[in-house]
Amino acid sequence: MPPDLDRRYSLRALASAASLARLAVIGAILVLIAAVFVWAGWFFFPRHLDQGRIVHALEEANGRHSGFRRAHGKGVCLSGWFEGNGAGVPLSHAGLFKPGRVPVFGRFSLAGAMQPDSPKGVHALALNFTLANGEVWRTAMVPAPVFVVNNPKSFYDQLVASIPDPKTGKPDPSKMKAFLAAHPETVRALGLINAHVSASGFANETYNALHAFRFVNAQGVSTPVRWSMVAVDAFEPAPATAPSANANYLFDALAARVAHGPVQWHLVVTVGRPGDPTNDATVPWPADRTRVDLGTLTVTGLQTEAPGNCRNVNFDPMVLPSGIAPSDDPLLSARSAVYSADFTKRMSEPKAPSPVQLGRGH
Amino acid sequence: MAKPFPLFSRVLHWTMAVLIFAMLFIGIRMVSSLPDYHRLVSIHKPLGILILVLVAIRLINRLLDPPPPLPEKFPPLLRFAAEASHWLLYALMFAVPLVGWAMLSAAGYPIQLVGSLHLPPILPHSDPLFAVLRPLHTALAILLFATFLAHLGAALTHALIFRDGVFQSMASWRK
Repeated sequence: MPPDLDRRYSLRALASAASLARLAVIGAILVLIAAVFVWAGWFFFPRHLDQGRIVHALEEANGRHSGFRRAHGKGVCLSGWFEGNGAGVPLSHAGLFKPGRVPVFGRFSLAGAMQPDSPKGVHALALNFTLANGEVWRTAMVPAPVFVVNNPKSFYDQLVASIPDPKTGKPDPSKMKAFLAAHPETVRALGLINAHVSASGFANETYNALHAFRFVNAQGVSTPVRWSMVAVDAFEPAPATAPSANANYLFDALAARVAHGPVQWHLVVTVGRPGDPTNDATVPWPADRTRVDLGTLTVTGLQTEAPGNCRNVNFDPMVLPSGIAPSDDPLLSARSAVYSADFTKRMSEPKAPSPVQLGRGH
Repeated sequence: MAKPFPLFSRVLHWTMAVLIFAMLFIGIRMVSSLPDYHRLVSIHKPLGILILVLVAIRLINRLLDPPPPLPEKFPPLLRFAAEASHWLLYALMFAVPLVGWAMLSAAGYPIQLVGSLHLPPILPHSDPLFAVLRPLHTALAILLFATFLAHLGAALTHALIFRDGVFQSMASWRK
């Protein structure tokens, strides 16, 4: 030991019994903090239901398509605008409800993965509104009046029950039967969903955000709402069988419709009353609730999915501007978490071109 | 006893210690939680930007009002470890929130803070950039957690074993 060093820093001083005991205490404190950190990430509980497990179950149910969304994999980008009419201002102070236009982009898609278009295909519409002050609103909608489950655990369980058996290539019906026996709310919701008649295409379909949200106005008053995009094009029911052998006939019909002229929808909010459930997406609100038309969505263009457009966007339903707030629906946070996990995963994967290529396959 | 850190430096240190400790737990928790995800993400983003602002103030403060010197007889190897780990902490306190902001930019997410307050993107919307930055954010955060543990271990060693006044120079209540 060099003589100029204070003895307290010497190895000999550290090796004393008292110092070693103190070092052990310090070590124990550090290990404890690290253990709590690991516990917080739930790494000790592999059976815990997290976003990774739901994404994995979606892959099992829908097939794994590198670079594509695990749900609603087949789609096409849209562009246009939303023009508010001012009727939303008493309900929400979000800028887009004032009279005026905001740019919109989004995505039409089919539920599931890469299956051929069919009359049973579930049309979906996802939208991104960019407000004048730079805030963003994203929403994803389908034609169904309600969702099939009302919490993340049930979503996972019904997904697992619908995973094809590797032997038969089809889901085991006894598993879904057991799930339905335990979930009367899903049986009731399926009754409503099956009674709903789909439109013949994307352009004349009406889309519903399945979850309740809250509109907050300039006075801070919060109102429960559910919103829909109501088609301006005349409704025509989906045919019993596919009208064409073209695997993309629905997307091609949409492209032809948009080429013919702008397609419009009315943004209609249903205003809930106190006592209307906001935490259960399987339960519709009474039919007599006030509906308010807040403005018009105009779709003027479609684009094949590509790196710079809707392909690389997560239509997370919790991307909300000030003036629109989440409800207490437990599926909202879970959706946000799962969409984010799915987005992170697919962004780092090799990507193939979308099966929907505009200008081809007609 | 050694000269204490300037009062403002101590206030910044302990404020950021609490915020960063909370932030690391929020971060690890939110990526594996369905019910708490949205609430935690909504805290994570503005808190990250607050930490970025505070570390910038702290760096300027450190350059204007430097910390007291280590004890004269502190061995060179430990002195090097102390200085290097402090600069690593500073680098990570800047890098983790900046990579977070850059990663959200590359993903095309709005960077929402509080109410209608939001930040502009600092990178173009790009999936290859996001694919690099997203795991980098996690890796740097885990490195920050490890560096924090080393820092705490060293602080406690000063306090309980060396008893050389270094711990008190930051933990002092004196004005």
